[in-house]
Amino acid sequence: MIDAEGVKKQFGPRVILRGVDVKVETGETFVLIGGSGSGKSTFLKSCIGLVRPDSGSIIVDSMDITKLRDEESIAKYRRKFGYLFQEAALFDSLTVADNVVFGLRYLRPDISETKYRAIATDKLALVGLKGIEDLKPSQLSGGMKKRVSLARAIAAEPGYVLYDEPTTGLDPIMSDIINDLILDLKKKLGVTSIVVTHDMKSAFKIADRIAMIYEGRILQVGHPDVMKITNNEMVRQFVEGRSEGPIKMKLKEYD
Amino acid sequence: MSEAATTTAESPSLLEAMGGRALNVAESMGQFTMLVRSSLFWAIRAPIEWRQTVTQMLHIGVQSAPVSILTSLFTGMVLALETGSSFINLFNEPVFTGTIVSFAITKELGPVMTAVVVSGRAGAAIAAELGTMKVTEQIDALYTLGTDPVRYLVIPRVIAFLIVLPILSIFSDFAGVFGGGLVGYLKLGIPPNIYWHEVFDHLDTEQFFHGLVKTFFFAFCISFISCFKGIFTRGGAEGVGRATTEAVVYSMVSVLVADYFITAILVAIGIT
Ligand SMILES: Nc1ncnc2c1ncn2[C@@H]1O[C@H](COP(=O)(O)OP(=O)(O)OP(=O)(O)O)[C@@H](O)[C@H]1O
Ligand SMILES: [Mg+2]
Repeated sequence: MIDAEGVKKQFGPRVILRGVDVKVETGETFVLIGGSGSGKSTFLKSCIGLVRPDSGSIIVDSMDITKLRDEESIAKYRRKFGYLFQEAALFDSLTVADNVVFGLRYLRPDISETKYRAIATDKLALVGLKGIEDLKPSQLSGGMKKRVSLARAIAAEPGYVLYDEPTTGLDPIMSDIINDLILDLKKKLGVTSIVVTHDMKSAFKIADRIAMIYEGRILQVGHPDVMKITNNEMVRQFVEGRSEGPIKMKLKEYD
Repeated sequence: MSEAATTTAESPSLLEAMGGRALNVAESMGQFTMLVRSSLFWAIRAPIEWRQTVTQMLHIGVQSAPVSILTSLFTGMVLALETGSSFINLFNEPVFTGTIVSFAITKELGPVMTAVVVSGRAGAAIAAELGTMKVTEQIDALYTLGTDPVRYLVIPRVIAFLIVLPILSIFSDFAGVFGGGLVGYLKLGIPPNIYWHEVFDHLDTEQFFHGLVKTFFFAFCISFISCFKGIFTRGGAEGVGRATTEAVVYSMVSVLVADYFITAILVAIGIT
């Protein structure tokens, strides 16, 4: 279970998170939606300790990442997670295959190095990629990088996976393949996950619950069916993707 | 009157600027100390990444060997030319040219010139590479994959530097002394056997050691500063550029400053 309470974060004078409360049950797929720049990635990074919140607590399996200080216990905490970066963050000095199996050496010493190649091929197949094991990340398209990064995040079969926009930049068919993969990981391995996404179709397909973040707080949490028929005007506007409504984006006015 | 008024008007912002600067320096010093501490932690607690270390040794060696040997060769040549021609003026003969060149090169110029060249070559490369990794979140990715940037990136580079810099320095020593002999023979008419006699009659292992000890300290300075600048890069491509320049400048300055203090200590304990 991931239990975040009162998570606050500001960068300099800009307050990003004003007290986020999120409780993700074991085996649940929790989808986080919200405007661009609303702090979704910041929250996801807080969960794994890449960003240190100013206050609040994030407890996973009775360890509170915001209280951990020594490098060993932080490392132990992080080992529970797989993390898909929004911008892929592949190691550009390594081949695709080496990228995918990179974490195994540290996270899964029980797996022998002779199996790495097969595992890389296997995980790449899961995300719909074939025959690119020996390419360098610079030779891949944006969507391919994203999928290699996803393969890397799940290679060690972590119990928790944090996905930062898994379907962004993918074509509709590939997006759906990734949706199925996320559902599969949940069903077969009981993975607990938080998915940040702008893709409403994907959100409604994979979510057990959807939460919307707005102005640094969780505006509403609920079952996808509830979110579809919500009375909250702001959530409605966001889910339906309308420019008119209570949420005003700061734009230059044309006349 | 008006002058006083402007000073009072300006002094808060000046103070603020100085205070801000001091805070930045203090913060950087803190982060640097943390990096060194964390390196010690990982060096003790986790196996060394030998594959990375060897790759880095090759990188640093191959990148820097040609330049550092060339630099040293010409330093030896110009030293021989300067001392030889001065001594011809003073004593009518270029006596002790070999002694002076070999002393200056092995104790001082070989190690220092090598360190300066390597700062500019390998130090810059490290800062640029780690800086790029930082701004593209590859450093964060290391954390999420069960390792640590200090363990995976910093320690291999520091060890590689500790091994490669002394070797490069020894090559440079040879190149410098050889360059001196070459100029001595071709321009000053010193017969090679006399030159080598002058070199080896006065040079002993202690002097050689004096030079070598320095290189280990230089290796620490350059590798930690370059890694530090890389890992703490902020602000996109522009930040990477800034980190790279700063890494080179700070490495070079720290090498020259450290050089004086290490020499002072070595002299004080009698290794001269
Ligand atoms: N390291 C940082 N330093 C300063 N400001 C930051 C930093 N990281 C994020 N921010 C700011 O925090 C805000 C939230 O960023 P974040 O990346 O969490 O947004 P997001 O919700 O993921 O947006 P998107 O949907 O576009 O990915 C942004 O306004 C950004 O400028
Ligand atoms: Mg984001």
